[in-house]
Amino acid sequence: MKYLDEFRQKELVDKLTKAIDHLMADIDRKITLMEVCGTHTMAVFRYGIKDLLPHNLHLLAGPGCPVCVTANDYLDKAIAYARKEGVIMATFGDMVKVPGSRSSLAEEVSNGAEIRVVYSCLEALKIAHQNPEKKVIFIGIGFETTAPTVASSILTAAEDKLCNYFVLSGHKIMPPVMRALVQDHELKIDGFICPGHVSTITGSKIYEFLSRDYGVPCVVAGFEPIDILQSIYLILSQIKSGQAKVENEYNRAVTWEGNLKAQALMAEVFEPESSNWRGLGEIEQSGLKIRGKYGSFDAEKKYPLSIEESRENPGCICGDILRGLKTPLDCRLFRKVCHPSHPLGACMVSAEGTCAAYYKYLSV
Amino acid sequence: MKEKILLAHGSGGKLLHDLIREVFLPAFDNKFLRELTDSAVFDHRGTKWAFTTDSYVIRPLFFPGGDIGKLAVSGTINDLAVMGAKPIFLSCSLIIEEGLSLSILKRVISSMRQTADNAGVEIITGDTKVVEHGSADGLFINTSGIGLLSTRSESSSPRIKAGDKIVINGSIGDHSIATLSGREEFDFRTEVKSDCAPLNDLIEKVLSQSSGVKLMRDPTRGGVATILNEIAIGKEFGIELWEERIPFKQETIAISEMLGFDPLYLANEGKVIFIVKDEEAKKIVKILRSHPLGKESEIIGKMTPEPRGKVYLRTCIGTTRVLDMLSGDQLPRIC
Amino acid sequence: MCIAIPVKIIEIKGKIGIGQAGGVKRKVSLLLLDEVKVGDYVLLHAGFAISKVKKEEAEELLEILASLEM
Repeated sequence: MKYLDEFRQKELVDKLTKAIDHLMADIDRKITLMEVCGTHTMAVFRYGIKDLLPHNLHLLAGPGCPVCVTANDYLDKAIAYARKEGVIMATFGDMVKVPGSRSSLAEEVSNGAEIRVVYSCLEALKIAHQNPEKKVIFIGIGFETTAPTVASSILTAAEDKLCNYFVLSGHKIMPPVMRALVQDHELKIDGFICPGHVSTITGSKIYEFLSRDYGVPCVVAGFEPIDILQSIYLILSQIKSGQAKVENEYNRAVTWEGNLKAQALMAEVFEPESSNWRGLGEIEQSGLKIRGKYGSFDAEKKYPLSIEESRENPGCICGDILRGLKTPLDCRLFRKVCHPSHPLGACMVSAEGTCAAYYKYLSV
Repeated sequence: MKEKILLAHGSGGKLLHDLIREVFLPAFDNKFLRELTDSAVFDHRGTKWAFTTDSYVIRPLFFPGGDIGKLAVSGTINDLAVMGAKPIFLSCSLIIEEGLSLSILKRVISSMRQTADNAGVEIITGDTKVVEHGSADGLFINTSGIGLLSTRSESSSPRIKAGDKIVINGSIGDHSIATLSGREEFDFRTEVKSDCAPLNDLIEKVLSQSSGVKLMRDPTRGGVATILNEIAIGKEFGIELWEERIPFKQETIAISEMLGFDPLYLANEGKVIFIVKDEEAKKIVKILRSHPLGKESEIIGKMTPEPRGKVYLRTCIGTTRVLDMLSGDQLPRIC
Repeated sequence: MCIAIPVKIIEIKGKIGIGQAGGVKRKVSLLLLDEVKVGDYVLLHAGFAISKVKKEEAEELLEILASLEM
């Protein structure tokens, strides 16, 4: 496929691998880079990228997997809505198997809940049109890439005067969590491989504070093997020359300013609020809630509910894994009682979760 | 194990295997079932027979390249054929949801007849039940089949060993992609047709012209990756698959990229995996390619001495990664 | 965190386009992206075009890498 196959050429991969080896020989110390985005984590495993890197170059999986960082209280709310009469929950497939405190959406289906898996929130709108007697609640998760699509669905619903479409917003944004990571003294991150698709919307400018204020090199990366290796090469080049700046490897799709229209739509519908990240806790201004103006599409405003106190599995170390402090191999539950068909923590549920990726792709 | 049966138990992955091992095997335990093969093989008065059964539930009932009737006949024929048996007779048992239109039923039945005719089998017994509206999704079909094992396949196959090759008769994932495209909620349009077809003729052709086949399996639910895991698990060999040699339709790759699927786990209904002697592999590919259902046949991997019991993929950029069994259904993802 | 793939826009009606990739066609909402023309490549995420894919930039990187002597 155009713009994918070209970025998987073995000869270019071999060249970049050699170039990275040379740079690492010059740098001559342990380097830890974080790939912030879960789709990068998936690509790293899918293509066996770690096989190609020198032993003293480590890749850490970051918090950019919306399923993984969505805390149990949000899931418990979604599950509580799913149990209500006359409700159709519409969701991306990602969320179906994620365990909340006591159940999951998949389990609710077996109890008779109506849950529809969609590829786009526009299909959720369609379901609302087709089922006027039902309340259709869309489970809005995802970062800056996905939030504008959901904003657009709310604006469309407002235009169509649709009264039975609601969003349970669990959207989150990247800069505050990246700031929290660089401020975490337990973590030593030498560079960020920045999320390419978030950046199509936000522009690469959102990472400027990281290199300017914290001296961390940032490279916005695409998702093919050559993109990832080239980004690693660019970060290592910065480290070698003692620089820290924002570079854009994914310039075929990302600009400095980003997609202004999408940014405007997102700002029209959502406003920042404090948000709870699994394993990372509350982070100021890191979540998106629906503005009062569009309150009639906000599931929580329209149908407030109280839920039992949420709880996390006590043995689960997803939090430390999400912060890159530990790997799944450090977890007592991993593979033994926590596996993809019986996930205990979100990092195992999401296909792009670190635990699932380790389980699926790593030899043991 | 979870307290309730989830949809994922039916998707042919690890959950189903757990269910078989923990519930069905202990209850029914006998020497035939213990083999866990696609068909049970038994002796009767000096003749060897293969016996199998399968239920078919699919939405939509009609999809590009087939329908539930064609699927129900082909699937059971294939379960017999991969055991090296010649399928002879089938049964047909219908569970119909009240309200199904008669014309739909007639179309499905005529498709079953046509598929059976083409494959040279007869449907000699059947049953019909009707359930209340809402208790079934239109139409479910169960077919059982019985086939004759020829004297040729009686000599037990030589053991699989490192160096043996893996051959497949064409592109992977067509069935999943065709049925997915038929579902309006995802709104994809492709020209891909399901590969759903009876494979007994193709298999018969290979077995009559080469003695190099050691094992055959049809990679239906759970796909090629899951079937290869079933073959390797607990064995003295590992499996290495070559990504570049695996035939895929470009549509399958495109939809997999869009929805975050791994095509190696997509279902097939007209594919068979052959484990063959190294020295016969090329000849077998040639035989397969001369048959209409094997034109895109390829050697896609080999058995390796290490690591035992595991399946590896050699990627297009020369690295390797483990292929595990499918765990639960693949759902369309945005992340 | 976000799956998006390049599709070629082959048809536009109002704010809806048809995107094509590898023989697959799908409706693409153009509500998030202005000035999309037939023939453009865009990144498709969850049913929406989120950015254009620029040919020159894509080719430039590949050419530089191809010309490197290692």
